[in-house]
Amino acid sequence: MNIREEVLSIIEKNSRIDVHELSVLIGAEEIVVANELKALEEEGVICGYHTMVDWSKTSIEKVNALIEVKVTPQRGLGFDSIAERIYKYPEVTSVYLMSGGFDLMVILEGKSLQEVASFVNNKLASLETVLSTATHFILKKYKDHGTILTRKYEDTREIITP
Amino acid sequence: MRNPIGKKIVDIKPSGIRKFFDIVQETEGAISLGVGEPDFDTPWHIRDEGIYSLEKGKTFYTSNSGLKELRTEVSEYIKRTQGVTYDPINEIFITVGGSEAIDLALRAMVDPGDEVLIPQPSYVSYEPCAILADATPVIIELKEENEFRLTAEEVLEKVTDKTKILILPFPNNPTGAVMEKEDLEKIAEVVREKDLYIISDEIYGELTYKGKHTSIVSLPGMKERTILINGFSKAYAMTGWRLGYACGPEEIMKQMVKIHQFAIMCAPTTSQYAAVEALKNGDEDVKMMREQYNHRRRYLLSEFKRIGLPCFEPYGAFYVFPCIKKFGMTSDDFCTKLLKEEKLAVVPGTAFGDCGEGYIRISYAYSLDNLKAAMERLEKFISKL
Repeated sequence: MNIREEVLSIIEKNSRIDVHELSVLIGAEEIVVANELKALEEEGVICGYHTMVDWSKTSIEKVNALIEVKVTPQRGLGFDSIAERIYKYPEVTSVYLMSGGFDLMVILEGKSLQEVASFVNNKLASLETVLSTATHFILKKYKDHGTILTRKYEDTREIITP
Repeated sequence: MRNPIGKKIVDIKPSGIRKFFDIVQETEGAISLGVGEPDFDTPWHIRDEGIYSLEKGKTFYTSNSGLKELRTEVSEYIKRTQGVTYDPINEIFITVGGSEAIDLALRAMVDPGDEVLIPQPSYVSYEPCAILADATPVIIELKEENEFRLTAEEVLEKVTDKTKILILPFPNNPTGAVMEKEDLEKIAEVVREKDLYIISDEIYGELTYKGKHTSIVSLPGMKERTILINGFSKAYAMTGWRLGYACGPEEIMKQMVKIHQFAIMCAPTTSQYAAVEALKNGDEDVKMMREQYNHRRRYLLSEFKRIGLPCFEPYGAFYVFPCIKKFGMTSDDFCTKLLKEEKLAVVPGTAFGDCGEGYIRISYAYSLDNLKAAMERLEKFISKL
């Protein structure tokens, strides 16, 4: 792996790692790693440093939904302009163009079921290019972004002659 | 009543390390860097194949030598990694871990009085297995100035008319030392000249951090003189599955299989099915784990430098073997004191042979977070010495 790949593979899992530690793990000079990070940010390869929060373990209520959206593509613009109209809503966390039975996958975060329902009703379904929607609420997250949320690591290795 | 115990077994010392780890277990809040097995779970697709084989009712013995499909995969694997071809039917068989293969190879090849050269520090079982096979173990003391590689001179110094076998334990537990092609070429020369056989324990072969592992069987004339031992424990994090293999000349394999069939029958069937999947589709897993180990290896070496603990840079296995001579204590005292005062458990180098005196083995089969907590304790301990 080159430095770029190494940096990305580590930082994708741990965005809190500092440049010094990153350089130790990769076995490269600090300055080289710092420059690589800067370049990655400038090129938009690194788009942000987020924290994974399991909100279900807090007292704060969050509701997540996946919405399958069928739309009419617009002449000359394809799906891009309708996608843009949808992703500008702050409650929309992700929008993907999909192959298969529907066109856009919209992922939504709201405070309550009602809030999500009203967004779908009032904002999404009423867009004239939207032909249909199918809303799926997330009931439980087992694994997210490669991290298993339901398991705590425990070292169960027994003592054995080395 | 008559003494129920045979003399040969009584004379073999139990592994000294047991006692030490009993104390570790009783120490509340202790961090251990003592375990010599991967901290990763066996990759899910491999476990899944094991489960699937059970669902299908694959619960019978396999042939004594192991599933043909697995032996074929092993053959393919050695071909693609070392460029050497083994006949899956007559030159490869499946064992209960690499450790069984070590025992069988020695038992099949030596007569009483034959000498077996054992480089140390090394894995604890070579010497007792040689003794159980009525051979005479002859220890070669590896040196830090050679980065714990074995040199031709060291072999020549110990070779006698009775020497029959040279154990080649690289990548090495506990030092992490590797033998590169040039190093092996010099050993091969001596082996040919002195008409020796090699038992090459390459269980850590997938875990090297400076180029790919070279097996001595890839050198001219060595395949016919070598028992190549490998397994699934370290590379695929499959320790509990107990599965390894031996490859070598047909006439030797025949005798090894004979002992295996009387003592063991066959290696665990479920594990064999899982291992087929490991060899077929496990390369990416091995790569991922190797990268993680490498990060940890670099982290530890950088920490040792920072806190003033001398250590040569090892490029294999998942161990580092720092030198503690400058603190003027024995390895045993160092480890006991470290455990008592800072609740950090590492293994004294002497567990792997007398020449491990002055060294400690630290395993990095632990998460980085774990290693960080451990290094804080080690730093505190050293700063007080």
